[in-house]
Order: sequence, then C-alpha cells, then structure tokens
Amino acid sequence: MDKSFTERRRRELLVAACLTVAAALVPLFVKNPNVQNIMILTLMFGALSQSWNILSGYCGQISLGHALYFGLGAYTTTLLFTKFGVPPWFGMLAGGAISALIALALGYPCFRLGGHYFAIATIVIAEIGLLLIQNWEWAGAALGIEMPVRGDSWLKFQFARSKLPYFYFALALACVAWFVTWWLEDSKWGYWWRAVKDNPDAAQSLGVVVFDSKMGAAAVSAFLVAVGGSFYAMYVSYIDPGSVMGFQFSLLMALPAVLGGIGTLWGPLLGAAILIPLTELTRSYIGGSGRGVDLIVYGTLIVVIALARPEGLIGLFSRRKGASR
Amino acid sequence: MTAETIIQSLASGLLMGLLYGLIAVGLALIFGLMDVVNFAHGEFLMLAMYVTFFLFTFFAIDPLLSAPLAAAALFVLGAVVYLVIVRFAMRAKANVGMVQIFATFGLAIVMRGLAQLFFTADYRSVPNSWLGGKTVSVAGIFLPQPQLFGALVAIAAFGGLYLFINRTDFGRALEATREDPGAVALVGIDKNRVFALGWGLGAALVGLAGAIMASFFYIYPDVGASFALIAYVTVALGGFGSVFGAFAGGIVVGLVEATTALVLPPSLKSVGIYAVYLLVVFIRPRGLFGSM
Repeated sequence: MDKSFTERRRRELLVAACLTVAAALVPLFVKNPNVQNIMILTLMFGALSQSWNILSGYCGQISLGHALYFGLGAYTTTLLFTKFGVPPWFGMLAGGAISALIALALGYPCFRLGGHYFAIATIVIAEIGLLLIQNWEWAGAALGIEMPVRGDSWLKFQFARSKLPYFYFALALACVAWFVTWWLEDSKWGYWWRAVKDNPDAAQSLGVVVFDSKMGAAAVSAFLVAVGGSFYAMYVSYIDPGSVMGFQFSLLMALPAVLGGIGTLWGPLLGAAILIPLTELTRSYIGGSGRGVDLIVYGTLIVVIALARPEGLIGLFSRRKGASR
Repeated sequence: MTAETIIQSLASGLLMGLLYGLIAVGLALIFGLMDVVNFAHGEFLMLAMYVTFFLFTFFAIDPLLSAPLAAAALFVLGAVVYLVIVRFAMRAKANVGMVQIFATFGLAIVMRGLAQLFFTADYRSVPNSWLGGKTVSVAGIFLPQPQLFGALVAIAAFGGLYLFINRTDFGRALEATREDPGAVALVGIDKNRVFALGWGLGAALVGLAGAIMASFFYIYPDVGASFALIAYVTVALGGFGSVFGAFAGGIVVGLVEATTALVLPPSLKSVGIYAVYLLVVFIRPRGLFGSM
C-alpha cells in the first residue's frame, strides 16, 4: 500500500472529525428553530443519500425504490411504539433488521436483472409496499399514523421544546453513514463493489463473488436507510404512506448523491448540504403561494447541475481529474 | 361473479390496455433509439391533456378533432427537449445513465411547477364532448365510447408506426441510427436530427394518448405521475426498446389490471400489474420481447 494513499485516508478521517466538531457547535450559536430544522433535514438526507450510495454508487445497482426501506423503518418504529409501547431505540434496530432481511430476500431474485429492468423492479416493489400499507387499516391506512406525545424523554426520544437532541442524533447518523462508507471503501467489500460496478463479468472471472457482494451492499444500505426512516418518524411524529414510501421520496433520497458525486465518499453530504437548504428556502420563501414557483426553481436547479457537472459537484474540489474517485 | 361481469371487465381492460400501450410506445421508441428513459414522460401526457382541455374550453374544439393538434404540439416539445436538454445529458463523460434520469426528472418537476403556476392545481375535465359518457353495446357488453375510440386510435397508431419505421426513408434512418449512431454519419445522416425527430415522434404519440385521456379523465398538474409509472412497467414488461413489446405490454397490463380489480379492492388494482411485471422479468430477464 503506497504511503500517499494511507495518508489521504487518514486526512479524510481528520477532515471528517473537524467537520463533525464544527457542526456540533453550530446549534449553540444558531437558535432559530427554522434554521435548526433545515440543518436536521440536511444531515438526515446526507445520511440517507450516503446509505443509498453504498448500493447504487459504489456497487452500481441503481435502486429507485429505497423509500421502501425508509418507510419500513418509519412504520416499524411508529407501530411498535404506538401499539405496544416499545421504545423507539429498539424500534429503530428492529426496523433496520427487518429492512436488511427484506433487502436480502428481494435481492435474491432481483440481482439477476440488469440495468433498467433492475431499476424498474425496485420502483415496482416499493410501490407494492406503498399500496399494501395504504390499505392496511391497523397501520392507519392512507391517513397515516401519529406518535402519541408522552412528554420529553430520552428513552422515548421525544422532545417537544428543543430540537437539539434531534440535531445531535441526525449528526450521529450522518457520521455513522459516512464512517461506514469510509471504512468499507478500503475493505475487501469496497473493492469488490467497484469491480462489480465497472465490469461484472471481469470481476466474476477474477474471483469476485458478484452476487454476494451485491447482497452485502443491499443489506448495509437498507439497514442504514431504515434507521434514517425511524429517526424521521420520531422527529416529525406523524407519518403517512405517501410521504415516507412514495416513488418521489426514492428519487429525493438519490438526488444529493447524484448531484454531489455518485460513488464518492463526500458527494452525498456535499449534495445534501447544497440541495436541502436551497429546497427548504425556496419552499418557505416562494412556495407558500402554492403556485409552483418553488418547483420550477428546484427542477431547474436539478437540470442545470446534472448537465453542467455530470460527475457531481465534488468535481469542483478535486485538484486533478479523477482525484475524487 | 357472473361470466358476464368477467367478460365486461376484460373488454374494458383490453380497451384501457391498448391506451396504456399508446401512452408507453413513445417511451419505448425513444429508449430503443438511444437508451434514454424519459422521466418526464408522464408530464408530456399531462401537457397534452391540458392542450386538449384549453382547445375545448376556448375554441370549442372537440377532443376528437384536437388530437392531431395535441400530437403536433407535443412533437415540437419533444424535439425541443431533445435539442435543449437531452443532447447535452448524453454528452456527459461520467454517469450518463444517472445524468439523463435526473435531467429529465428535473424537467418533470419544472413542468409540474409551470402547470401549477399557469393552470392552477384545480381538477379540470372536458364536459359534454362528443363521445364523453356515451357507451355502445356490442353483444350485450357495454363499451365506453372514448375508450373504444382511443383503442382504435392506438391500433391505427401502431400500424402507422410499423409502416413508418419499415417503409420510409426516415424510418430506415431511425433504425440505422439505433444500430450504430457513429457509422450513420459516414452515409450523411445527421444523428442529432434523427434523434430530435425521434423525440418529436415519441412525444407526439403520447400527445395523441393525452388528447383521448382528456375526454374521460380528470386533468391536474400531477396527473402524469401515476400513468408514467404504468408506462415504465409497460415498456419494461414488453422488453426495453421493442415497439411491438410496448403494444403487447400495454394489452397485458390492461387485462391484468381489470382482472385484479375483480378480485381485490379497487385501491389495490395496480398490485396485479406490478406482480406480473416481477413474475415476467424473473422468468425472462429481458421482458416479453426484449432483445438480448
């Protein structure tokens, strides 16, 4: 292993640590709840996109149905809490485990499909999940389900007065997703995934177990996204099938990674840091009229970034061509 | 459940299926030509429905007559979208697939926003059109006239498209460009022109479908989303790139939807379509008629 590579890896870790500390200090100075809300959403979408990036960016299996795992996490946590009084911390792990298992079960038939057939299969499966939940009376059907308010408590992860606990949780989530990616990047799995993405046939002939590495990526990715879904349910304390499991959400989850730099370590967080504040600000300043101007601005932004920076905004930061990969 | 109900719903399913085929064929044509999935396809349909609505409201032109106008308007839109957006998305050196997905997805969001801004989020409909609400009875089976007309247009469109691709110079240029976009330049075919015309043609076909849909379906800014999803499934079910596959896929989707509605609650009728898609690709990973 050459020295510059190890050094770069160590530097990345250092940068991440500095950014985390800096981010952790921000809410001590910024008290505006609306701004704190934007920061929480940015961290959450960064974490989600980072997790999506493991399967779709590193391993190259484009999933447009990750809302399924987000929704599973959100619903598992909410249902366990409202129906059985199980603390959300446990619900979060349960949701992650269920999602990972479902990802493995679905991966078994789906990973034989190529390209667009795979992508459409992921959309279709998430839609089936959405329709089933919409018709499931016990789980609140299409109207959704509300978390009962039981007063501020760490055990129940409910805080009516302060957004800080949510902020730190979202920060921790983003750190975990980043660190898992960082760690996997230089592991056996990370190299397998990139080989599978670039050329599955060549990878197979060199002894990479293509199928197993796709399954591994799917399980890790689904687990982390489900934890994000659990967090979202606790944060907004009201979920409905359309907003947590809809097709639109699958695309929104992928967007930061694509715009920031798909298959890169920093791309998803960079994409989220730019996209989410812009989305939220356009929505709150010009979206209130309900006339769709916010959609026009947002859509134009996506088209422009996609066309101007196909390799992602991360390309702006790399000193030489391809250094970000 | 009587035999009559079953035949009745299968007949409606078949008509709807032919329309689904017409909605999807433009998507299949564009994909076959250049490997691009247009994520704004549903918004093209939405726009065609609004064009029909406004022609009816302001000029009292019946959807029957405005269908060619809607198709022409969409032809222009399709060609412009190719020249202004897709052409550049295809030049990307990295992640071409994701770039074109999100460039067209961004366009879809812009189109929805524009529709909200200019047409408002209200639900519109075309009341009292010539065929609206009327049915014909064939051997005891009632067929709604707008859908019947739509099905006939779909069959005619598929026939026309077949002749067009196989019998005209442009059709041959289309086939040649799809086989080898690099080599056609050597025989004097302008690749960009063929692609732009291909996008125009694909959009015109969904324009035709939109005009028919407008006479029996509500028109609102988000109307495209649900039909777009069915269109992707239709194209994938038939096999990406196969125009005939889109036709067959549409019929299968329509029949499966009608059958599902017989046994499951109406809100679950799409589950049947999705399940059949999965079943088909698990057995045949390239869809019914997709090339290997």
